[in-house]
Amino acid sequence: MKFGVVIFPGSNCDHDVIHVLETVLQQEVKILWHKDKELKGFEPQDCIILPGGFSYGDYLRSGAIARFSPIMDAVISFANSGGFVLGICNGFQILCEAGLLPGVLMRNGNRNFVCKNVFIKPSHNDSAITADLDLNKAYKIPIAHAEGNYYVDAKQLSRMNENGQILFRYCDENSNVNDVANPNGTLENIAGITNARKNVFGMMPHPERATESVLGNVDGIEFFRSLISYAGKIEIDVMDDLLR
Amino acid sequence: MLLPTFADEKSFNYLMSTTTTEVVVTFETAKQLGLLEDEFEKIKKVLGRTPNFTELSIYSVMWSEHCSYKNSIKLLKTLPREGDKLLAKAGEENAGLVDIGNGLACAFKIESHNHPSAIEPYQGAATGVGGIHRDIFTMGARPIAALNSLRFGKLNEEKTKHLLRGVVKGIGDYGNAFGVPTVGGEVFFDECYSTNPLVNAFSAGIVEVGKNVSATSYGAGNPVFIVGSATGKDGIHGATFASADITEDSAEKLPSVQVGDPFQEKLLLEASLEIIETGALIGMQDMGAAGIICSTSEMSAKGNSGMKIYLEKVPLRQQNMKAFEILLSESQERMLLVVKKGMEDKIQEIFDKWDLNCVCIGEVTDGDRLQYYMYDELVADVPAESLVLGGGAPIYTRESREPKYFSSAKQFNINNISEPNDIRAVAEQLVQLPNIASKKWVYEQYDSMVGINNSSTNAPSDAAVVRIKNSNAALAFKVDCNARYVYCDPYKGAAIAVAEAARNIVCSGGEPSAITNCLNFGNPYNPEVYWQFENAIKGMGDACLAFSTPVTGGNVSFYNQSSDDGPVFPTPTIGMLGLIDHMKYRMTLNFKNEGDYIYLIGETQNDINASEYLANICGVKLSPAPHFNLDEEVGVQKAVKDLIRKKLINSAHDCSDGGLFVALLESAIAGNNGFDISTDDFFRKDAFLFGEAQGRIVVTVAEELQDELIKTLAEHEVDFSMLGEVTDNDLYIDGEKFGAVSYWKDLYENAIGREMEY
Repeated sequence: MKFGVVIFPGSNCDHDVIHVLETVLQQEVKILWHKDKELKGFEPQDCIILPGGFSYGDYLRSGAIARFSPIMDAVISFANSGGFVLGICNGFQILCEAGLLPGVLMRNGNRNFVCKNVFIKPSHNDSAITADLDLNKAYKIPIAHAEGNYYVDAKQLSRMNENGQILFRYCDENSNVNDVANPNGTLENIAGITNARKNVFGMMPHPERATESVLGNVDGIEFFRSLISYAGKIEIDVMDDLLR
Repeated sequence: MLLPTFADEKSFNYLMSTTTTEVVVTFETAKQLGLLEDEFEKIKKVLGRTPNFTELSIYSVMWSEHCSYKNSIKLLKTLPREGDKLLAKAGEENAGLVDIGNGLACAFKIESHNHPSAIEPYQGAATGVGGIHRDIFTMGARPIAALNSLRFGKLNEEKTKHLLRGVVKGIGDYGNAFGVPTVGGEVFFDECYSTNPLVNAFSAGIVEVGKNVSATSYGAGNPVFIVGSATGKDGIHGATFASADITEDSAEKLPSVQVGDPFQEKLLLEASLEIIETGALIGMQDMGAAGIICSTSEMSAKGNSGMKIYLEKVPLRQQNMKAFEILLSESQERMLLVVKKGMEDKIQEIFDKWDLNCVCIGEVTDGDRLQYYMYDELVADVPAESLVLGGGAPIYTRESREPKYFSSAKQFNINNISEPNDIRAVAEQLVQLPNIASKKWVYEQYDSMVGINNSSTNAPSDAAVVRIKNSNAALAFKVDCNARYVYCDPYKGAAIAVAEAARNIVCSGGEPSAITNCLNFGNPYNPEVYWQFENAIKGMGDACLAFSTPVTGGNVSFYNQSSDDGPVFPTPTIGMLGLIDHMKYRMTLNFKNEGDYIYLIGETQNDINASEYLANICGVKLSPAPHFNLDEEVGVQKAVKDLIRKKLINSAHDCSDGGLFVALLESAIAGNNGFDISTDDFFRKDAFLFGEAQGRIVVTVAEELQDELIKTLAEHEVDFSMLGEVTDNDLYIDGEKFGAVSYWKDLYENAIGREMEY
């Protein structure tokens, strides 16, 4: 498996993700420029990451301009062909704007930017990014955003709940999902979601900020490991198919 | 008293609205631009003729306090500025540059943006952050950490809330989008800052030694590029505005406040760092105060050369800008580049990639003349050297007089303050005072983690600890100044600011390395203000020598006073850099284990001087500075360094604002523990718990290492005492239960939030 990290003008968590993938996890990473028109050499078991930051300054709705970047057509085709796409923070906002994920991310309830450690709880193990996570664990992951207040209409929400499209919910350190643990007013404490096909993931918390013991928190590494190991299994399946 | 301010607004506006050729320049014109008569005569002598209006404008900004340091430079030069690790001399580059090992250097600097923030807190603070980051990456360093030091009036006033909200949002919106974490800072409230808040922004960056860029220009024929944002009318005469008192009319100077665009700055950062890799650069300087004129003159003076600049080529935001407006505009997110001839295409290619303006506006010339043309007309012709600090800019020593209040402060007698009956009630009140309470409401609005280097998020310490990737080392940063101490005694107060910054670095496991300073004072033409300045410089210099932390640069902000409130407290903010050579030696402030013994290192005093307790609970505003002895302080810090190196202690936290009680409480909250301590009958209880005598550090030690700790402290010949031990949950003082840590945590952490959310 390899990763592609898209750099939009104004991305500022791009190098953090690249550092974690290359140095901490020893993965192959290809840096992608927003003006690129195609994704060359990526297979469906690979993963394109849209990192956090303030693409184009986010002076309009967050992600509203980045989704028109030349590379986004290629990212959309890649997702439609079954490839993995992960949007973190601003990347999540871009995926919603691009229509790869349902719903919108509105301004935080108290209208302030918020940066702190929060806890999130995986909803199930039925996706690449949650497959190896512990459902009883509250993962301590930082957030840093002004627009993380997820909203989708009631009909879609119930469909998403039925399909297992809600990946993470904000909770307290004892895994209780409650209002006190909701940092931004988001619907049903939603912190991360996936599409119906479960190959496109969006999350507001930053797992890349919690992967090294020197920073005092390694809870985030499990999210990447889960993805890598899941993709590895697909690769083995493909190999098996070829051998057969 | 002759104030360098505009004589009247109408004539200023008239001058601003006419073209250069229409104005006949006389001393009256010069006076309206803030120049003194002597200065006007000096300009005539330099040029050998009367300057035209554009030239006069140039001198008025370059010789303004803000750009020329004319009333401060003499004293600044008395500060210690030498050190083995310094790679740039103080004031010679845009920021200080310190060798941090591993082939790397740290560029760091602090700067004020007080006047703009007083009028337009959001943009004022935002552009302050943008400006200081530009100073760092203009040297080729990638910014990795930001800190800030903020001062406002009383928090319960609506005006203060407005300013605080705006400043915090401005800092957050700029820094968060630019993508550099805000890792530390301080916020202080006192009514003296009500009209004139202080916004000091600090940035630090890392560059490979040898890849740092100089702000210089040489090589006749080399092209000069302006890159980044287009130039507009914002911020014209901003530097001059910063060099006058704040008055009722100041709000009308809104066009003097610039507007920030962190997105453009982010692109500019990436493009500038890419340019360095090409080897095409001769020199680079950002445009802050006084825009094109300042960058062209400083670079030329530094490289002993001249320039021809064609102003009509500068990309503009609005039509019909006049020559002096283009020269003086302080539009943000711009840089001036001098490039090796023949490598223009390389530069153009990189700026095209980042969709930024990149236009050749002139060339380097032999000689020392700066010649500015507008459509073939020579609009200004001045020698570069005559404009700049260290060159022809004027230098003054101002009249100095000990203020009347200083002797009254000495009259203070602790015996006139009755000891409180209910210590717990005082403690509860104290921890909720805005100066003591947690600044969580503020710092949670800043991205403190982007860049994944901030090692303090999950391990709090007195200074911010920022790891250096691909090494075992880290940097420690701290901004510090208790301005009440400086007001009470400028010499001691400024020395304390340095000592406290060093103490915080030491408590984090670091070695203090160098400082940058931001000197916020009132009007230097007021002899009492100048006396404060003079004495603060002396105190700072002596302390810097004692801690071997040379001054690498910084800035001076005078005229922080208003017609209503008078001068602000003299506020010489210290930004200190420390080195942690290996992360295994970093130290944190949180209590670790129930049963660990709590020791106080340093001497307890019967002293409540200038404490938060005395000022804001007893209501006594005037007293001497708290107990401080430089030698004692050095000894205590050495001892704690040794304890950390020998791995004898589990936590270290300095006693500062709020005294011993607050230090204990902060360690307890961070560790989610309590404490059980005893006071000493020899001292007043309020002095023991809330006094702010300097040179004291609270440490905890495991029972089995206690003997070793005592032995080490005895070797260092420092005073110390055993206070008690860490408990699981509850606080006890002299056997009296003070409640659970969670109760205190709520008081401490949410006091400011409750005030701000009504």
